[in-house]
Amino acid sequence: MNGMNMNTATASAPSAPLRDLGAMRARIKSGILRQQIFAITGILFTSFAVLVLLAAFLDLLFDGLPRLSWDFLTNFPSRRAEQAGILSAWVGSALVMLVTMLAAVPVAIGAAIYLEEYAGKNWFTDLIEINVTNLAGVPSIVYGLLALGLFVYHFGFGESILAAGLTLALLILPIIIVSSREALRAVPIHIREAAYGMGATRWQMISDHLLPYSRGGILTGVILGMAEAIGQTAPIITIGALTFIAFLPPMPVTGEFPFLSLQWVWSEFTVLPIQMYNWVSRPDKAFQLNAAAAGVVLLAMTLMMNGLAIYLRYQVRKKIKW
Amino acid sequence: MTKLYINRLLPGVLMGLAAGTLQAQQLVKVDGSSTVFPIIEAVAEDFQKSTKGKTRVTVGISGTGGGFKKFCRGETDVSNASRPITKREMAECAKMGITYLEMPVAYDALTIVIHPKNPFLKSATVAEMKKLWEPGAQGKVTRWNQINAAWPDAPIKLFGAGTDSGTFEYFTEAIVGKPKSSRGDYTASEDDNVLVQGVARDMNAIGYFGYAYFAENRDKIRALPIVNEKLGKAIEPSAETVINGTYQPLSRPIFIYVNAKSAGRQDVKDFIGFLNNHAQRLVKDVKYVPLPPKAYTYNQETLNKMRQGTKFGGENKVGLTIEELMKMEAKL
Repeated sequence: MNGMNMNTATASAPSAPLRDLGAMRARIKSGILRQQIFAITGILFTSFAVLVLLAAFLDLLFDGLPRLSWDFLTNFPSRRAEQAGILSAWVGSALVMLVTMLAAVPVAIGAAIYLEEYAGKNWFTDLIEINVTNLAGVPSIVYGLLALGLFVYHFGFGESILAAGLTLALLILPIIIVSSREALRAVPIHIREAAYGMGATRWQMISDHLLPYSRGGILTGVILGMAEAIGQTAPIITIGALTFIAFLPPMPVTGEFPFLSLQWVWSEFTVLPIQMYNWVSRPDKAFQLNAAAAGVVLLAMTLMMNGLAIYLRYQVRKKIKW
Repeated sequence: MTKLYINRLLPGVLMGLAAGTLQAQQLVKVDGSSTVFPIIEAVAEDFQKSTKGKTRVTVGISGTGGGFKKFCRGETDVSNASRPITKREMAECAKMGITYLEMPVAYDALTIVIHPKNPFLKSATVAEMKKLWEPGAQGKVTRWNQINAAWPDAPIKLFGAGTDSGTFEYFTEAIVGKPKSSRGDYTASEDDNVLVQGVARDMNAIGYFGYAYFAENRDKIRALPIVNEKLGKAIEPSAETVINGTYQPLSRPIFIYVNAKSAGRQDVKDFIGFLNNHAQRLVKDVKYVPLPPKAYTYNQETLNKMRQGTKFGGENKVGLTIEELMKMEAKL
């Protein structure tokens, strides 16, 4: 704002007579004043949003902190609030997120590359684009119903981690696609032209230049999507996640050949938001504290994912030299 | 090249995944009512500990209706139900060839609650409550003196169960006389803690929910004694009045249904046996009212003799005591 005002001032200065200099200064002054008013309003609005969030988080923290302990993380749910823990819930959440990420990220990035770089301007592309944007606004319970019919019954995946992970992957696909496209579009056109000029094929241009440079933005989209997915309750309940489960999925690493096992994807499971929901609706008040503590863990998991993304983004941006 | 690779790899991966399902460990699957959930959670927790994790139990909360849907498709071994199985569900199960054992596991007393400092409500009759809750009262009955001239000219604030719950079904049947028939202009929530907060904040409020939520919040709300028509006396809900059958018509048994085929399996047999052996203690632990001991002995007989079917014929019967229930014949 400031810079712009100065520019107009200097630009119009030669044509304006010298005696108008006072008026000009007054105009600049009022421009600066308005800019400051706007900045203060902006700060107020931003801090309001942050404060509300902070208040909610602190409330959760004060309620939940006394319950947070190693036992809380390593115990299974129990009817006794003091002994109840979230082991099956956080392990379930983590594994479901893993499936979601493995399923959603490649598909979403692939779709984004296709739509940005390959798709021609025709009705078919328009149709896909309209669908993708609309899907981002579909209520999550609808995805749950779709997944119940498709994954749980039709494909016979049952009420498994695999079914839940794929459901959430569907849910966050539009989010990642949209932000990945933005990231691809943000790469300057001359980078592409330079790559083509050096004789690169389209795929070489994409894999050697576009993707590395847009990685930061794509990561942001992935994290937004994952943060959305980890808090979902409705679609997971719809496909039949359990509430009480006091055992863990089979270990992914085994002692026998081939040492890796995918059995865990078929396991029954529960996730943190469901455990919270169940505790919040209990008559016993001690369970409310457990719910708050579980909320803190859920937030911590989200923040950890965020932190990882910020770190990766930083590393990526450091390497970009243009 | 890449295409060929994917074509070969994908079926292999999927088959590898499928092999996993076949090796899954036997486990007892329970789903259904969230009202019954705390009891079965307690049983499952202690049972799993007693078998040192050899037998696994999972419990879901799909609701009574949602639970029966899965149960009648043969997906679960045990279904929790806050009301007896309905005719439609019986037909659904029959179609899929699923037969079952019906076992009451505890009492649930619906409690009508008011603000602790409410000066005029000492007790109420079912007729008065009907006047207040029937569909015709919607928008018309809005002040307390419209129900009973002795009560003040004060606004009525209503709080009640969400329309999907078994609680709503039973309350409307017991009070209004027809299941699911209620006025709609009240604050409804599936989360009873919300209702507790609502009633606790308003002097003129009245609401209803499960006894456990009242028992945990005695400092915030008061139970309204309801006149038992047979005795002609107002009865307050308590473990005692529920067990001796005087708190009527608002107390009812809640059930589990066991898939008869699953009941032949040793792990399910052990689980149900554990439930019947320890129910007295466990039910009290989670703040519900246990049935008299002989009811659990009777349940065990039901399991041993494989007495299949329901005693309700697809209808919810209001005011049935557990003794009367035990004498009845179960039919599929």
